[in-house]
Amino acid sequence: MTTVTTTVDGPATRTAAHGNTLSWLVSDSIAVTGRYLKAYQRVPQLLVFSTIQPIMFVLLFRYVFGSAIPISDDVSYVDYLMPGIFVQTVLFGSTSTGVGLAEDAGKGLLERFQSLPMSRAAVLIGRTLADLVRNIFVVILMTAVGFAVGFRFHNGIGNFVLCLTLIVVFGFAFSWVAAVIGLGAPNSEAAQAAIFPFIFPLTFASSAFVPTYGMPDALRWFAEHQPVSIVVDAARTFVLGTVPPTKDGHQVLLEGSAGGKLLVGLLWTAMIIAVAAPLAVRAYRRKTG
Amino acid sequence: MSEYAIRAEGLVKHFGDVHALEGIDLAVRPGRVYGLLGPNGAGKTTAVRILTTILQPTGGLAEVLGVDVTKDPQFVRENIGLAGQYAAVDENLTGRENLRLIGKLTHMPKPAVAGRADELLARFGLEHAADRPSKTYSGGMRRRLDLAAALVHEPPVLFLDEPTTGLDPASRQDLWGVIEELVADGTTVLLTTQYLEEADRLAERLAVIDSGTVIAEGTPHELKSQLGATVVEVGFPSSDAAGRAADALRRSGAAGAGTAELRVEGHLVELPVDDGPKAVVSILRTLDDDGLSPTTINVREPSLDDVFLSLTGHKAEADRDAEQAATKGRGRKQRGAA
Repeated sequence: MTTVTTTVDGPATRTAAHGNTLSWLVSDSIAVTGRYLKAYQRVPQLLVFSTIQPIMFVLLFRYVFGSAIPISDDVSYVDYLMPGIFVQTVLFGSTSTGVGLAEDAGKGLLERFQSLPMSRAAVLIGRTLADLVRNIFVVILMTAVGFAVGFRFHNGIGNFVLCLTLIVVFGFAFSWVAAVIGLGAPNSEAAQAAIFPFIFPLTFASSAFVPTYGMPDALRWFAEHQPVSIVVDAARTFVLGTVPPTKDGHQVLLEGSAGGKLLVGLLWTAMIIAVAAPLAVRAYRRKTG
Repeated sequence: MSEYAIRAEGLVKHFGDVHALEGIDLAVRPGRVYGLLGPNGAGKTTAVRILTTILQPTGGLAEVLGVDVTKDPQFVRENIGLAGQYAAVDENLTGRENLRLIGKLTHMPKPAVAGRADELLARFGLEHAADRPSKTYSGGMRRRLDLAAALVHEPPVLFLDEPTTGLDPASRQDLWGVIEELVADGTTVLLTTQYLEEADRLAERLAVIDSGTVIAEGTPHELKSQLGATVVEVGFPSSDAAGRAADALRRSGAAGAGTAELRVEGHLVELPVDDGPKAVVSILRTLDDDGLSPTTINVREPSLDDVFLSLTGHKAEADRDAEQAATKGRGRKQRGAA
């Protein structure tokens, strides 16, 4: 062990640089994002595991339940299903934001960050951005899986890219929700357990897997008005284009243009972030202080 | 710079009904090691959390380098390093990556970050493991990495919250050596510990805290001398023999000044002395001259343990699980593990 040479007075006092807040927010967020992405790179199982579950859902719905879910003569179930699967994938993926933050808190990492002269918000922004990047990666993988089981987009690649963009941005919004719950939980197991009951009904009481017209009235109303269905429906409209009603006269998609649905989907996304992000910051402060 | 590198005055912290700190005073001169000694739940970690800007105090003053931690936390964060009992390193990152991350987050000039990380890895004997994920590190290596992480931006003030809790004796010795080197460099260190041996070895001054208040303050030597000197305890086959021995020792003045305070308790004769080994020789010589043979002979040095016990009325090393449950969960602390 060698000793570093220092002056007799010891380390010098540094004056606080209060200026660069914005550039620090950006550079610190990038540093934290990099930290999490490295973890995904180093533990690829994290990525693999986050695709196993959606793949099982694809197989389950495509081949088991799907055979009993008629959509319409013009639309195959797999084309109907995949946008729902994409949304489910990013929602389930967003839970890792909350679980990861709870883990960091348990290990004392959040406390260390709190004692550093870094930007306060960078920890949360870095984590949610890393999960956004991860979700993009997983959704691309899931697209490949979809193709393997017969999924095709019928409305051009531009619209498909728009569909995936809306979905990952929506997942980003849910990362903030998961952050609020995760930071409020005493440990990562509890975080996992607390986030799931929140995500689960939103995912399944929706039009993600089945059309809503067969649901009981109250459930149907909920399923048609909650944000997951709205985003799934927008995504589906991008993939399928216009779809004629079924033989029984049921609409497969909600009414409205793709552009209008995109707007509503983005509005929901923005609203969720606007509510969850300040709550997450508050939970972060409370967690460490 | 102000006279003190770290100062607390009447520092109070309440978590609802739990009173973690009830007005503690501390003052650490620059370049010194100051020990906060206390059982679990005494308020040590709470004090450190306030001084490192993690917690807001309920009342009182907390200063680092003369700056109020609540008024200019950014200045304080620029000038402190914190290494905790939970070894806050990212397990998935390598040692090198962990240090580089902290370098970036403390806004070191970019070209300096890599060099500083390498320098610390070398200094802490982690070069061979630099590119291994830190989850493969041993407990002692992890603590060293944690300590290195606290030093990346060369803070003049360092807070070590139970730096060796849970380490094996060899790793503890090793870490003590590292801390001593730091102090030699002029870093001011506030160290919390429940190990009296650790406080004794590292700290120049100590505050003993219990239930959120400072119950004693001074150098380890001062605290020990509060308890008096070394005691030589000689046992005899009967209280009669003990009585005769006491008389012989009083007559001869064998143990120096201590013979005045000689006490007989049953079969035992107790003599407070200044120099244990020397006194033992002269005591035995006197007894031998008088044909008295002791059955036992004991030299008791006062330890910080004795200080602690006499001050707090309970043992220092209380249940650690209670501490972890209290500090880890919600960053809150239960008071009074007694």
